[in-house]
Amino acid sequence: MDADLRELYQEIILDHSRHPRHFGALADANHVAEGYNPLCGDKVKIYLKLDDADRIADIAFEGKGCAISVASASLMSEMLKGRSTEEAEQLLSGFLHLVKGEDASDLEEDDKEHLAVMAGVSAFPMRVKCATLAWHAMKAAIDGEESAKSE
Amino acid sequence: MTRPLPKTSREYDVETLRRDFPILTKTVHGRKLVYLDNAASAQKPKQVLDAMTTFMTEEYANVHRGVHFLSAVATERYEAARARMQAFVGAAHEDEIIYTHGGTEAINLVASSFLAPRIEPGDEIVLSVMEHHSNIVPWHFLRERLGAVLKWVNVSEEGDLDPQDVARAIGPKTKMVAITHMSNVLGTRTALKEIVRLAHEKGVPVLADGCQGAVHGRVDVKDLDVDFYVMTGHKLYGPTGIGILYGKRAHLKAMRPYQGGGEMIRVVTRDNVTYADPPMRFEAGTPPIVETVGLAAALGYMESVGREAMAAHENALARKAEAGLRALNGVKLIGEAKDKGPIVSFETIGIHAHDLATILDREGVAVRAGHHCAQVLMDRFDVPATARASFALYNTEEEVDALIAAVQVARKVFS
Ligand SMILES: Cc1ncc(COP(=O)(O)O)c(C=O)c1O
Repeated sequence: MDADLRELYQEIILDHSRHPRHFGALADANHVAEGYNPLCGDKVKIYLKLDDADRIADIAFEGKGCAISVASASLMSEMLKGRSTEEAEQLLSGFLHLVKGEDASDLEEDDKEHLAVMAGVSAFPMRVKCATLAWHAMKAAIDGEESAKSE
Repeated sequence: MTRPLPKTSREYDVETLRRDFPILTKTVHGRKLVYLDNAASAQKPKQVLDAMTTFMTEEYANVHRGVHFLSAVATERYEAARARMQAFVGAAHEDEIIYTHGGTEAINLVASSFLAPRIEPGDEIVLSVMEHHSNIVPWHFLRERLGAVLKWVNVSEEGDLDPQDVARAIGPKTKMVAITHMSNVLGTRTALKEIVRLAHEKGVPVLADGCQGAVHGRVDVKDLDVDFYVMTGHKLYGPTGIGILYGKRAHLKAMRPYQGGGEMIRVVTRDNVTYADPPMRFEAGTPPIVETVGLAAALGYMESVGREAMAAHENALARKAEAGLRALNGVKLIGEAKDKGPIVSFETIGIHAHDLATILDREGVAVRAGHHCAQVLMDRFDVPATARASFALYNTEEEVDALIAAVQVARKVFS
């Protein structure tokens, strides 16, 4: 099998896609948004519970999609809990750079390490949207929109 | 196109035919290309490329607009192509063939020029659940704008469409039946002649979407007695940007124009306009001239290969692929209709179609993954997406083996 593929479908990604973290609805969410990719039909719904200080007190997601989109959402949910919305948006920006194969030096070292498993997506331009779907929905949720605008 | 070609599948020489398609020698990701996305678009033989190049290097000008030499030559080639298309679908008259920019435009033309003026709020249009979006959305326009009602005919779990179900969906307010000749997802070939007969018994005209059906078998619109038949050039081994609408002469004559512009008029004054007769009435503006010549060459190529021989070859490959996929655990075929063309949709349990297609691609195997512009059908089968392998005249048994092997690679990745 080719090296790019092995990088894309590495064990951590497969594990997140099979056992997504924070999967399900969040009853006390106060910010909810959907992401939909009309090209492939993938759907994700992001639930955020923001506290008074605009921190992500809790996060969950549900949806249907390919391994890349589910793993990406799962990974995101792990990383965002406890962060401020401002930090979340910064992370989004760094993540977008990473999966597009651009300079991701705006990511903190820790975050970069954590997200490195997603970097393989950059070798598959047709799949970048799968990886970013949940992230755009997360941003829409923070902004109080119902659905993510497709790029 | 002068090569004498065998007409029976036993003599079918696929290796010789493959040499006509320059792109098939390509490698992708270091692998031999195995192109199984033919239902999305077919590759082009050099006979088509040559016809277009020669036309542009030696005979090109705008059509129907000049008295000069090249304009006359180009016009002659453009109209000669119409006769080729007439023969291809078995139309009674050449003026029943309208050039469009694709299958999609052809259906929009019928919805807008034929049906829209006849729709009163509450009038019904009968469709099957396996239509392509281009045979759904133009009718939705009439629902949104004129209050038409869409009536859906279901297919069985195997993907068969019962003509009697179509007949039952037709009521006193039905103004049109719009139905595919072959599903681009399930591969189901519909009993079009029977559907037309039943619809006509109730006085309802039928549009058939032949974008897939015309690729995989002979079409005879006279025998089918269908009112409108739609094809798209790029799936018929021709170029993009050209489609064909066949319409019965009586319908076309009674239809209002679709778009306004040059070539579709008789007289234009400050206060008034009168229109040309069909087919020109529906061909506003400079048409896809080069593409028309290319498509005519493509249809000539298909005839020279033999449409029955092609179809037999393609179907044999599809049945082999289905057998190979069935033999793997955890693969589910979507679409097992009794009368089926060379289109094989499937789901791999535990592997999303997009992940599968990505892995197949790295093995050199090009398939389509997604909803295939058929979301109503995806809902019917409750699947978000399927993978689809579709076969053309140049595919081989080794390529079927490559597909099956690549699916096994994917299963290993996800095991
Ligand atoms: C069954 C069917 N109908 C209509 C179309 C539309 O054809 P086009 O996109 O060339 O207009 C397609 C192909 O995309 C198709 O498969």
